[in-house]
Amino acid sequence: MADEIRALSAQLAQDPQSLVFLRLGEALRRKGQLEQALRVAVNGLERHPHLADAHDLYARILTDKHDYERAFDEWDMAVRIAPHHTGALKGLAFLYFKVGDVEQAEAHLAAAKRVEPDDPSIDQAIEMMRGGARTSARTAESAPAPAPTPSATASTAAVVSGALDEARVFAGLEGANEGLLLVDGAGRVLGGALKDGGKDVTDAVAAYLAGVSQEAARSVKLLGLGAWNGLSAEGQHGSVHLGHPTPEALLLVVRERGMPLGRLAILAQRATIMARRWLEKQT
Amino acid sequence: MSAALDLITRVRGVRGAMLVSTEDGLVIAEQLMEGIKGGAVAALAASLAGRLRRAMEAAGTGASVFWHLQAEQGALLVVPGDAAGGILVVAVAEPDVNIGLVRLELLRAAEAAL
Repeated sequence: MADEIRALSAQLAQDPQSLVFLRLGEALRRKGQLEQALRVAVNGLERHPHLADAHDLYARILTDKHDYERAFDEWDMAVRIAPHHTGALKGLAFLYFKVGDVEQAEAHLAAAKRVEPDDPSIDQAIEMMRGGARTSARTAESAPAPAPTPSATASTAAVVSGALDEARVFAGLEGANEGLLLVDGAGRVLGGALKDGGKDVTDAVAAYLAGVSQEAARSVKLLGLGAWNGLSAEGQHGSVHLGHPTPEALLLVVRERGMPLGRLAILAQRATIMARRWLEKQT
Repeated sequence: MSAALDLITRVRGVRGAMLVSTEDGLVIAEQLMEGIKGGAVAALAASLAGRLRRAMEAAGTGASVFWHLQAEQGALLVVPGDAAGGILVVAVAEPDVNIGLVRLELLRAAEAAL
């Protein structure tokens, strides 16, 4: 493997415009050298921005780095450029499955199967996904979170199996374990966690949220504004967005000050959808 | 005070603006359309601001410098006490108001009111 990487690096150095960066990036990714793989993929994308394989490579590396949001964008771009790109279709199926959207995951695997009908791993993945969707609600909370490694060449079934273990409430969403919190109407934590400089502040914040929600409801009622659907706030060091995915639950998203409120609202929207699905599975 | 509120109510979609004492939730100055109960809104805005401040401080984001409560038929936009020296600058607006513009005017009004 090291020899292969050396040889591919040399080829790329000789001809920076060549597509050998795809093989080099993949080799580095497989070896776990993700930062180097990322640099190779980004440089390649700068030279070949309309190459679906380049976006696919970048998405796989991002997925290995657990940056699922950007991975989704890259695979989405790959499919826009090349609608029959099976690697990207499988990748999107994986990400949809991770957030609990089995229907979309199956649709993307079915699209991949239409392109590659002889690929047995796709049938296997569909089967596993159907079985997994039935059992994931039971296993979700106790399961650990292994690193998924989807790739165009890896078994799609194995990828989907890995996703089953990550079916926690915000699995895959940026800041799932330090900037997202789901609580019930009484301030009890349902999922997610908040950290302030490494210190866990989940319970302290959860305790305040029910009071904030009650005051928000009273204020809009008095003003005759209908139901409230979100509260965004910019702080001195960070921003927050509070919403309620269901009438009984509250969702808080916390991010650093650098993130504009508009982007925070988009992130909150995604988290709300995930929380709503997760809550539906629990009942 | 009145000039500071003018800056806010000039924005299309704003139905009223108020300066409210953070400490006791009383109205200091107001320019509201008919039908909006200034005193009650001021008290609730101050109470909500206090609760939100405590939650945000617990989360490590520091006190809020601007917040925005969205509802089905309107919005409440506020520049709170710490940024405005013990007063809340409050706007009541239509749901489709330009939030960025109201935010700017609220911050300007807070500066002017100091």
